[in-house]
Formats: sequence, structure tokens, C-alpha cells
Amino acid sequence: MTMIALLVLLPIFAGLAALVVRSDPFRRSILLAAALAHVALTGYAWVYRPAAAFSGWLLLDDLGLLFLAIVSFLFLAAAFYAVGYFKKENWGERQDFAEDFLFTNAREATFTCCLLLFLAMMSLVCLSQDFGLLWVAVEATTLASAPLIYFHRHRRSLEATWKYLMICSVGIALALLGNFCLAVAATLGPDKSVPMLVSSLVANAGLLHPLWLKVAFLFLVVGYGTKLGLAPMHTWLPDAHSEAPSMVSALLSGALLNCAFLAVLRILQVCMAAGQGQFGQKILLVLGLLSMALAAVFIVAQTDFKRMLAYSSIEHMGILSLAVGLGGAAYFGALFHAVNHSLTKGMLFLVAGNILSAYKTKSAPDVRGASKLLPVSGVLWVAGFLAITGSPPFGPFLSELIILKSALDQGRFVVAAAFLFLLAVIFVGMAAIVLRMFQGTPEQAGNALAPDGSVVSSSESAFAVIPPLVLGLAVLVLGVYLPPALKGLIAHAARAIGG
Amino acid sequence: MNLFTDAVIAALILTNLRLIASSRISACIYAVACQGVLLGVLPLLVGPQHLTVRACALSAATVMLKGFFFPWLLLRALRSVSVRREMEPLVGYTLSLIIGAVLLATAMWFGRQLPLPVPARSPMVLPLAMFTIMVGLFAIVSRRKALTQVLGYLVMENGIYAFGLAFALSEPSLVELGILLDAFMAVFVMGITIFHISREFDHMDTDRLSALRD
Repeated sequence: MTMIALLVLLPIFAGLAALVVRSDPFRRSILLAAALAHVALTGYAWVYRPAAAFSGWLLLDDLGLLFLAIVSFLFLAAAFYAVGYFKKENWGERQDFAEDFLFTNAREATFTCCLLLFLAMMSLVCLSQDFGLLWVAVEATTLASAPLIYFHRHRRSLEATWKYLMICSVGIALALLGNFCLAVAATLGPDKSVPMLVSSLVANAGLLHPLWLKVAFLFLVVGYGTKLGLAPMHTWLPDAHSEAPSMVSALLSGALLNCAFLAVLRILQVCMAAGQGQFGQKILLVLGLLSMALAAVFIVAQTDFKRMLAYSSIEHMGILSLAVGLGGAAYFGALFHAVNHSLTKGMLFLVAGNILSAYKTKSAPDVRGASKLLPVSGVLWVAGFLAITGSPPFGPFLSELIILKSALDQGRFVVAAAFLFLLAVIFVGMAAIVLRMFQGTPEQAGNALAPDGSVVSSSESAFAVIPPLVLGLAVLVLGVYLPPALKGLIAHAARAIGG
Repeated sequence: MNLFTDAVIAALILTNLRLIASSRISACIYAVACQGVLLGVLPLLVGPQHLTVRACALSAATVMLKGFFFPWLLLRALRSVSVRREMEPLVGYTLSLIIGAVLLATAMWFGRQLPLPVPARSPMVLPLAMFTIMVGLFAIVSRRKALTQVLGYLVMENGIYAFGLAFALSEPSLVELGILLDAFMAVFVMGITIFHISREFDHMDTDRLSALRD
């Protein structure tokens, strides 16, 4: 019990401590220590699975553990990156590179506190077994992360924050309505109802009112789908991901979207057990394909490289949704792909942050010669691009292959063809943007030229390079060798959904 | 007793219409405050026969937060921004009222069509809940001031709360408190964001927040 509670309480207390500590180095060590401790706790919980706490409300099942591990690992990378970011940031008034006005940053203490609360709430999402508590936790992640997006205090980030807050809050309010509908479905008679726990709903799925369960599923998918960034409820996502500081974008994309996906999986679990799986899967399949198509359109015409990554996140959430919609062997593929996407997208956003701080622009056509100016980040940028578009030998290649194979095995050739076609379009679209940034000679950084005309590479700090490098290596390893422990966990989690 | 319940429900419907028909933001905030108080009392009227300590405590918390604290917070935000206090809605007031009437009729009709696994406590609460949710959504999309969108969000949340009431769904207290706490934090964070928006832009018209696009 203490074990499970600690996973949530530790970041909360660390966050509160960060709020009152005045010394910058001490606060940064708190952030790092909390991230490390959280990873250690998660690792311990993986090996010695803790028992349920609070009468079954908090429980670390296979599905929750998988997503908790992703959140925890990615947060450690982001925290490490954040320490370097804080050191480098100029905390006074400074000029905006796009529109030339002056702005300041949020206080580092507040920012660190929100970052840790964000981790606590994401952990709570992974642990919640009660649908009500799950809703509370998902809404709390929105509120904890909104101040993170408004780190650079200027107009664009403010606009992004407002859209994020408003769209996600309204979306999640619909999920609350879905929760109530689920409660109606679980009402068996006066003063008699199935508890709102995932396990009891699954066990008593046959007793649930089928029509109300369908209504509940619709509201929950629209609600959590908003947070998940599924088209057409995705409109907040590109703005928030492009305006947030890079490590926050990495967390939003790699960890938060997964938490929303977990919420969708939970209700799907109940639907599958109640024999309504077909209905839910059809909806998820269509939404998934729609998201991929929309992402493809916007990636091809994109000039802002952070927005390109944001649309790529929409694409990959579409892939996850599509895979779950296919079902069968694709469940394994979906969960494996969630791991791959988180690691790769985390790496890409961190690298994008390095490029952004070296070139002072988010416009992809203005970035040239990253290979020369930023030797490490440049290579990681291209490697990340190859990984995210599903090229071998990286992890996403394998997971996308599993999904494609299960589509073919089920005889859904149209879905498989659309899937392949959209992946190809996105590959070409991203290649045009990314490779152009990598090649050529830097024009913007005029002062970086040595006397003989060659480009002097700017120094890349260890804080900025090691986190994306580690994430990238992890993706590479997953593409070559899937550790049995992880494979077992994913397989068990896939079976829990109904695969 | 039943007459009293119906009177409260009718008053709640009127607060919704007031929200979409009035031209001043402060009047809308007062309408939402009234709604909060009435909604906080409603569970005691339609709920179980005997009053429990738990029901009273939750009711009191709802009244305090939705009836007094949120409006106070929003009024403060309104005072701190030096913008025009009129709504300047995207949809005119007369048209809004007509749409409101149509929504009410739809909610009444639809509320009777739904198959209920258990009989509802009061036949009017379900239509009221659906009407309130729709009015909230309508206020969010048809009003351009950031503050009115927050009001719309609050009304929508009220409607969802009433939906829970209609079936006397009792979430565990912890979850109910969590939902209230989240609403509280949402209004708080939105209030701060509105303050920043009005300081940064000298207005809070959300349709003019359009720098980010593809």
C-alpha cells in the first residue's frame, strides 16, 4: 500500500519542496532526485508487484505498469534535460526571436513544482482502477501541465495555453458525462449497482445495460480522445506542443498522450468483456485512420519543425487507435508501438529544442547545415526521423509491422493499404523537411564561421545531448532485441484488453 | 415538497436562459452563482428520504464553491481587466433565446425517450440536466469573451452534475470531492490565464487569439 501511494506522493512532496527552496542548484537536484527515485520505485514495483491499495482503487496491473514505466523513464530524461535548460535560460527580459517583443519566463520554482505535480498526476492515471478517480487524475494532468506550456510568457504561448485549457477541459467534461452514463449502465436496480472499478466491471460485464454502455463509450472516447489528440478533436495539440519548452513537449507527447490512451483502453476493456467490443473498435479504427490522414496533410505542407513533430504525434496516436481497432495480435503491436513512440518522440522533441536554441527559429526552411553546426544533435535528428517514420532497424518499424501484419491476417486489405499509403506520404513529407535541415551550410549562424570559412560547430552541453542519445539508443535496442521482461509485460497487458 | 422541487428546477431553467440572454458579463456571473446555489440544494430535495451528514456536507461544499467562491473569483477577474463589460456575442441575444427555447424543447422531448434502467427520482431532473449541458456548450461556442467561455464551462459542468443527480448516482465521496476540487482548480487556472490574456492583449476576445495556425 505504501509502495503504491509513494509513486504518487513522492513527486507531490518533491514539488512542494521545490516551491519553497530558494537555492537554484538545490531545487534542480530535488527535481533530478525525485525523477531518479520515481524510476527506482517503478523498477522495484515491476519486480515486486505491490498489492492493491485503498480497497482496490489503486492497483498496478500489467497495463498500468507498462504506461507507468514509460512515464517514469521519459520523465527522468526530461528532468535531466531540464536542468541543463534552466542553466542556459536567460531569466531576465529577453527578446522573442519571431516577433521581436520582450518577454520573461515563469519562475523556475513554480515551473519545477508544476513539472513534479504533472508527474504525480500521470502516475495516478496509471494506477487508478476506479473510473471516477481516473477522470479526476486525467483532468488534474491538464491543470498541472497548463502552466508548463505558459513557461515563456508571451502571446503565442498564452494563446496555446488557453486553447489547451479550454478544449481539453470541455472534452474531459464530456468524459465525466460518459462516466455517469457508465454508472447508469452499471445500475442493476434500486440500491444495487456494480462498483466502478475496472476489475468488477469486467467481471460483471454481462450485467451492464448494453445501450447505456455504448453511450458511455462514445462520450468517454470523445472526451479522452480530445486529450489523446485524435482528429477531429486534435486542434489544441499542435499549438500546445509547438509553444511549450522542448522537455515539456516531450512529456506532453510521450507521456501525457499515453495516459489518455490508457483511459481509452480501460473503457475498451469493459466493452470487450461486455461483448460490445466490435462497436467500440469500429469507432476507434475510423478515428485512427482519420487522424493519420489529417496528420499526413499537415505534415506535407509544414514549415515549422516543432509543429511537424506535433502532427506526427497525432499520426502515431492514430496508429495506436487503429491498432486497437483492429484487435487480435494488433493489441501487442499497439502497446509496443506506444513504448516506441514515446521514446522516439521524446528524443525528437529534445533534439528539436537543441536546434531551436542554436538557430533561434522554428522555421524549418531557415535551418540549414545542422550536421555541421550541431554534429551530435544533427545526427540524432536524422536518426529520430528514421525511427519515427518506421524505418528499420528501429523499434517503431517492428511495431508497425506487427500492426500491418495483423491487418493483413484479418483480411482487411483496404485498411492495410490506407495504413501503408499514409505512412509513405508522411515519410516523404518529413524527409523533405528533416534532410534539408541536416544538409547544407548554416546561413543564420554567421558568427559561427571560422576564419577559413569552415563551420565551427557550436558546443553542445552534456545535459542537452545525453537524454536524447539515451532515448535514441533505447529505440535502437528495441528494434533489434526486445527484452523478455518487457515482452512478457506487453503480452500480459495485451491479453488484459482482450487480445 | 414536490412543488418546491419543481420550483427549484424551473428556477434553474431560468438561470440558463438568463445566461444566454443578458448582455452584461456581471449579470451572467450572478446567474451562474444562482444556479450553483440551487444546484447545491437540489440533491437534498430529490435525494433519499432521510438526510445524511454526508449528503449535507457535499451539498454545503457545492453551494460554497459553485454559488460563492467561483463567482467571486470570476468577478475579481472581471474587475481586474479593463475591457468592455458587454458580451459582444457572435450570436445575437434574440437568436440566442430562440435557440435556447429549441434546446429546452429538445431536452424535454429527448429526456422522455431515454430508456432508464432504474426509475428517475424526479421526471424533470434529466431534461434539466441535458438542457443545462447544451446551454453550456452553446455559451462556449457562441460567446467570444474568455470569461464567458469559462462560464459556459461551469454551466456545462453543472449540467453533468445534475445528470448524476437525476439517477441518484452516488459516486464515492472521495471521487465527488475530487471532481469538485478539479472544477475549483480549473476555474482558478482559467482565471489566472484570463488575467494574463487581458494584460498581454488588452482584450479577452478569444476569436482574436489566432496567431497560431497552419
